[in-house]
Amino acid sequence: MKIGTPKEVFDGENRVAMTPDSAKQLQKLGYACAIESGAGAGAGFSDAVYEEAGVEVIKTAAALWKEVDIIAKVRQPNETELKRLSSDKTLISFFNPAGNEAGMDAAKAKGANVIAMEMVPRISRAQKMDALSSMANIAGYRAVIEAGNNFGRFFTGQVTAAGKVPPAKVLIVGAGVAGLAAIGTSTSLGAITYAFDVRPEVAEQVESMGAEFVYLDFEEEQQDGAATGGYASVQSDEFREAQLAKFRELAPEVDIVITTALIPNREAPELWTKDMVEAMKPGSVIVDLAAEKGGNCKLTVMDEKIVTDNGVTIIGYTDFPSRMAAQSSSLYATNIRHMMADLTPEKDGQINHDMEDDVIRGATVTFEGEITFPPPPPKVQAIAAKPKEVVPELTPEEKRAAEVAAFKQQTKQQVMLLGGGGALILLLGLVAPASFMQHFIVFVLACFVGFQVIWGVAHSLHTPLMAVTNAISSIIILGAVMQIGSGSFLVILLAALSVFMAGINIFGGFLVTRRMLAMFQKS
Amino acid sequence: MLGFTTAAYVVAAVLFILSLGGLSGQESAKRAVWYGIVGMALAVCATLIGPGAGLWWLSVPLIIAGGAIGYQLASKVEMTQMPELVAGMHALVGLAAVFVGFNAHFELANVLALKGAIVTLLPEVAGILSSPKGFVWPAELALVAETKALVEEYKSLEGFAALLAKKDAVEIAILRIEASLGIWIGAVTFTGSVIAYGKLSGRVTSAAEKLPGGHMLNAGAAALSLVCLIWYMNSASLLPLLILTIAALFIGYHLIMGIGGADMPVVVSMLNSYSGWAAAAIGFSLGNDLLIVVGALVGSSGAILSYIMCKAMNRSFVSVILGGFGGASGPAMEVEGEQIAIEADGVAAALDDADSVVIIPGYGMAVAQAQQNVAELTRRLRAKGKNVRFAIHPVAGRLPGHMNVLLAEAKVPYDIVLEMDEINDDFPETDVAIVIGSNDIVNPAAQEDPNSPIAGMPVLECWKAKQVFVSKRGQGTGYSGIENPLFFKENTRMFYGDAKASLDKLLTMID
Repeated sequence: MKIGTPKEVFDGENRVAMTPDSAKQLQKLGYACAIESGAGAGAGFSDAVYEEAGVEVIKTAAALWKEVDIIAKVRQPNETELKRLSSDKTLISFFNPAGNEAGMDAAKAKGANVIAMEMVPRISRAQKMDALSSMANIAGYRAVIEAGNNFGRFFTGQVTAAGKVPPAKVLIVGAGVAGLAAIGTSTSLGAITYAFDVRPEVAEQVESMGAEFVYLDFEEEQQDGAATGGYASVQSDEFREAQLAKFRELAPEVDIVITTALIPNREAPELWTKDMVEAMKPGSVIVDLAAEKGGNCKLTVMDEKIVTDNGVTIIGYTDFPSRMAAQSSSLYATNIRHMMADLTPEKDGQINHDMEDDVIRGATVTFEGEITFPPPPPKVQAIAAKPKEVVPELTPEEKRAAEVAAFKQQTKQQVMLLGGGGALILLLGLVAPASFMQHFIVFVLACFVGFQVIWGVAHSLHTPLMAVTNAISSIIILGAVMQIGSGSFLVILLAALSVFMAGINIFGGFLVTRRMLAMFQKS
Repeated sequence: MLGFTTAAYVVAAVLFILSLGGLSGQESAKRAVWYGIVGMALAVCATLIGPGAGLWWLSVPLIIAGGAIGYQLASKVEMTQMPELVAGMHALVGLAAVFVGFNAHFELANVLALKGAIVTLLPEVAGILSSPKGFVWPAELALVAETKALVEEYKSLEGFAALLAKKDAVEIAILRIEASLGIWIGAVTFTGSVIAYGKLSGRVTSAAEKLPGGHMLNAGAAALSLVCLIWYMNSASLLPLLILTIAALFIGYHLIMGIGGADMPVVVSMLNSYSGWAAAAIGFSLGNDLLIVVGALVGSSGAILSYIMCKAMNRSFVSVILGGFGGASGPAMEVEGEQIAIEADGVAAALDDADSVVIIPGYGMAVAQAQQNVAELTRRLRAKGKNVRFAIHPVAGRLPGHMNVLLAEAKVPYDIVLEMDEINDDFPETDVAIVIGSNDIVNPAAQEDPNSPIAGMPVLECWKAKQVFVSKRGQGTGYSGIENPLFFKENTRMFYGDAKASLDKLLTMID
């Protein structure tokens, strides 16, 4: 089958869904590759480079759509593109199925199979095709860079001959993939970075990236992020108030705010209010990564950079990944390539659209003339940290009581064991002759001594212990030596054999123990 | 002489106890083994010059010859073959116990025959001597002389035989039980150890195999042994004793055949325990206190080791002996993710960045003979100032403490080799954990999946380290056939290949 990538028609979109590298990998899966002339130009891949990688360059979009069986692209297809679909074609692209019913209907009418890249379930196995994460990663990085570009000062604090420079303070709201990428970039530029998220379980990740987690003074049973597939969800009003109060307190201090808070399929929550913007110092920068969904700050203008009256720059760009087209294209193309690999288990260049597979099922929005969105919940839940089980701290009295109980239990056990054992021995003493009991006492005492002594043996010396007990168990030689003096030939023979075997054991056992013990050395 | 021998036995017993007690620490252990040697020498010498022992020209050369062979074996054996050696030696003790037990039977039969002959002759002789006829027939004279000789022989019995001669009927019955018990345990130990030796050295398949009939066969053989014991008590003939021995030999064989390779630590320590109990039973029948003391010491030592091993696998002793893992109580948790492979250069880079490294060796390291390479890696990393430690699970390897001995052989200092409980809390602060040839002992399913067959078994929590490398031959499950979710974790990378070859490659990249 043939897989092709048209030039993105969306204005200002520089990304491309196939790179020369990914094309080579796709060819290994058995596919022929095609690309529309000039599709890679925005990301810095010329037609010549594609041809070198064995990709057929097709002049027009119409010809490409007609020619290929699988279309891989970046942006949600427009009407013209949807018209070009047919029942034997598979489209892999961002599709925004939740807000694009018309598109789904069109695809359904055409009978084409559509895989929406944003619908790839968030499970470990599917991480390699999670395009949202790879794009968010780029957006987070770029957001810090854009902020730096518009921020008139250093990120890192310096003491120079020309004066002291305080470090910039950066607040990142929302510690998803984009937020974490922003934290990493910001801390490595040297800024003091704070981060906030409604999911307290990400505090550890935030701190591991070198930022400080902003905790709220708020007591509420926090919901489990894993229940919503690792995404944040809507918060209670009280929680929101506590959160805004904290932000108001921080607003005059921070120089740069990067907001990344998004709730799936909803308008972005307002987190940075007008009065907070007004409280900020002139020259501060806000980057609103949620601009496309209305913005976390209501002053944000989508796709534009504005400066407020008090000199705060608010950046509402939505095309951060496209601004780093070379990087984002190569990551996105790799995501597509992994998706194709999962669709082609045989590596024979034929799509096997397996609707039983959790990942493929989840991402497919139309299949054979049916709309298959929304998908059933995945069989495997996203893996997130379990809420820590709180072990109630015991009061000293309780501890004491527990100790006493344990001690009593132990005493009871010991008394019962001793009593039972003693009774057994007494019973035995009633019937057994005295000569037997003499030996029996020795036996019981020896067992007792053995148990006491062996518990003290170090674990690491268990092998030497076995070797040495093995050596001394050849004490059986005493019996043989006592019997060897007997008159009967058979007895002498058996005794002699026993002496011989025990002899091997004594010398072998002790020697090997010595060898082993000599090897143990202190550093 | 009897008093001297008994005194020597007391000293020897004390020395043996000290010798086991000294194994509580590496330094005192080096002294302790000498206590054992001196104790053994004392015991053997005292017995040689003590009552009952004769035929020095036979026993002393045999001890020396056996010693020479033992010396050869012990000095040539590789440390990786230690489990086989220990198992093989248990077989010798078991067989010796069987022989000595049979001897007790023969001696008893001889003494009883003598006693019986005298008892039948005595009334006749008494009749002759008290006869009023004033003279004796030559035939009568011969009879008297014969009886006199028998009585003389009876009186001159010494050592073990003299002891037997003094016993009354109840004591003789007890003696028969003791001897049969000694023979029975000895025979089980013998075949069991031979099979364990075969399994450990790869001569017998290490998979758990049972004859059709399974445990019923064992139970049947045990019942047969009991029947034979009763028969023997009543008839005092050799035949039931022989059948009992054969039944015991079968039990030993079949029991150990049914136990899989990874349960070997329990098996070997269990056989160790049996060889002790066999010696103790023989000690009872011979009336020798030193044998009883040492047998009990060895027996309890083995029993405790078995207990520790079972505890480390969270399994009951019975379930190990009966072989195989208990059935899963439900479907196993599905493993999500994929195994990601890594090459030596990736491991080298990660080790270069790491400050603290924990190495978890398993049986795979012993199989690949990779302990020297592991030690070399440790030396190089330590030379760079990194904190390298070893985490040893109690059942790693095929013998209790097997890994400690291998690492000691490769000159890894013992103070960086830690037990599970000592190191498990340190994994979250560890940069890199390297798993070499172990599987089930690092399986997170034991904690996370209540349906897993190994659920509840204490494991090394290496997945809590920042990064885990698993050196493994290839994709596949461990001995128990349980999928290991560790290999699918996000922070786990699989370093495929033979442990030794992989480490060789790795060593070229770390200087």
